[in-house]
Amino acid sequence: MSIEVRNLSKHFGAYTALGNVSLKVDTGRLTALLGPSGSGKTTLLRIIAGLEYPDPSADPEAGRVLFHGEDVSHVAAGKRGVGFVFQHYALFKHMTVSDNIAFGLTVLPRATRPSREQIAARVRELLGLVQLDQLGGRLPDQLSGGQRQRVALARALAVNPKVLLLDEPFGALDAQVRKEMRSWLRRLHEQIHVTTVFVTHDQEEALELADEVVVMNNARIEQVGDPQEVYDRPVSPFVIEFLGNVNRLAAGTGKLRTPGEDVLYVRPHDVDIQRGTSDPHALRARVLHVFSAGSYGRVLLQRADSGEQFEAEIARDRLGDLELKQGEEVNVVFRHVRLFPRGEFTEADVRDGRLSEAPRPGAPPVHGAGEHI
Amino acid sequence: MTSRRRPVLPGFGLSLGFTMAYLGLVVLIPLAAVFIKASGLTWHDFLAAVGSPRVLASYRVTFGVSFLAALFNVPFGVILAWVLVRYEFPGRRLVDALVDLPFALPTAVAGIALTAVYAKNGWIGRWLEPLGIQVAYTWLGIWVALTFIGLPFVVRTVQPILEELEPELEEAASTLGATRGQTFRRVILPALRPAIITGFALAFARAVGEYGSVVFIAGNRPLHTEITPLLIITKLEQYDYRGATALASVLLFGSFGLLFLIQLLQRRARRAAG
Repeated sequence: MSIEVRNLSKHFGAYTALGNVSLKVDTGRLTALLGPSGSGKTTLLRIIAGLEYPDPSADPEAGRVLFHGEDVSHVAAGKRGVGFVFQHYALFKHMTVSDNIAFGLTVLPRATRPSREQIAARVRELLGLVQLDQLGGRLPDQLSGGQRQRVALARALAVNPKVLLLDEPFGALDAQVRKEMRSWLRRLHEQIHVTTVFVTHDQEEALELADEVVVMNNARIEQVGDPQEVYDRPVSPFVIEFLGNVNRLAAGTGKLRTPGEDVLYVRPHDVDIQRGTSDPHALRARVLHVFSAGSYGRVLLQRADSGEQFEAEIARDRLGDLELKQGEEVNVVFRHVRLFPRGEFTEADVRDGRLSEAPRPGAPPVHGAGEHI
Repeated sequence: MTSRRRPVLPGFGLSLGFTMAYLGLVVLIPLAAVFIKASGLTWHDFLAAVGSPRVLASYRVTFGVSFLAALFNVPFGVILAWVLVRYEFPGRRLVDALVDLPFALPTAVAGIALTAVYAKNGWIGRWLEPLGIQVAYTWLGIWVALTFIGLPFVVRTVQPILEELEPELEEAASTLGATRGQTFRRVILPALRPAIITGFALAFARAVGEYGSVVFIAGNRPLHTEITPLLIITKLEQYDYRGATALASVLLFGSFGLLFLIQLLQRRARRAAG
């Protein structure tokens, strides 16, 4: 079941939660709505679920929610066929785990309600699916956070939703359990293949779990794409800064020459350090500190021309070969950078510190050939 | 007895000692005095004092009308608490403060005010009279007074529970296809049930002992609108201390027994829930 929203706006008083947002989610996909708090991602999810309604609009095409091409804008939440999972589980505390899971079936009108035995069988099946076979008789208070969230998921799945919506599903769990739940949800999705949208502010979670990532900021969608696309070809400074570590340097000054005054972004793993090159155009930097503990080495550097500090991630064996000393000057090579001149963006290759490609304002995002030196 | 955390109050022994002394002075010793005084009567005199037709009729009025008043306060109090918790409207804080008025108002003042309003020529009584409904000087008047003084108990016990009840629970139920009625019956009401029972019990116990607000509106016709606390006062005025304490001990046992029963029901309800 595909989901489409058209030109949604939502205000809470003077506060804009969503500003004219449109989005299409394909059938069977696992999609992440990623953004900082206050970016509107939860509001968007709640409007899709029917728990919140968009601002009324003069344009009849605006503010619509479509499931599989069918307009559900005025359909109540309970009739949309969505399963919703809340950050804080929202389990019914006075009911056992089994009764919680069965709730959606037991509130069906008598004519369509399955028999007691059928409901019990379905509950057993779902308990197996979320790996809580033995815990059907427990109360929610007797479960751990991760178990409670799996009960909430089973409860949402019991009514065979066409769309599964999860609001920060792992937000209330500790780091270890989060990681387990992540891979578990991925496997579950491969098993049941229901169109799923989840909200998260954790970029690692979004990149690892989702087929498609929707990056949101300031009540707007910044970029939609698969994880590699949004990581490698971010369309705005916000996206590149929000997804992973990145160095931000002033271009157009010193050795980093560009036609205009740009901002240059380079990922620490795209920074390489070389010694002994005598290229007068190369970017020179001083080694401020070397962190050699961890799965890769990190080097804190300072540009010789502008004094800006930035970081490089170097493989540990290469770091050993380099034998860097604190305070020494080295040549720095950027394998792949992104430039953002005043809101526009472009991509550039850098060879030995010189940009080989001029910025092309307004050009569509094209992945550069710059994975090598 | 040791406690792992360092408590704010000094020493378990001292705190407990103070608690027991206080409870004893304020609650237990006066209560014991009631029974000791009453025990000065012979069995025969005791039964005569607590079993006369006039007294028996007063039990019916006191316990019966108190029960009806507390019962009425349950839905009314829950709705009031719901409105106060879930809606934001101008004057909400004022309404919230008004709920406590029956606590603060001297009950005699409440009684006189209610009588004035519900009497045949009062603001409301005037409109009820042609309909053949007489409130003042009937058991209905007693019921009005007892409803008035019992209201805060239900509201104030249910309100904090409602405040803690996450709105997500209702949203979860609605996304699962539950109607509003089903959500209320199966999700909200079970969560409120213990608080409702407690509020009912408190309102009931308060109503059984109420005197001031009732005596003006009740009319105090023997066998019809006489409440037991009034008979106790009457006996006291006749210097019949033993007879008064005998009646008091019956009231005490009556409400204590009912509270105990309610506790029992509550515990069973909780066990049934889990």
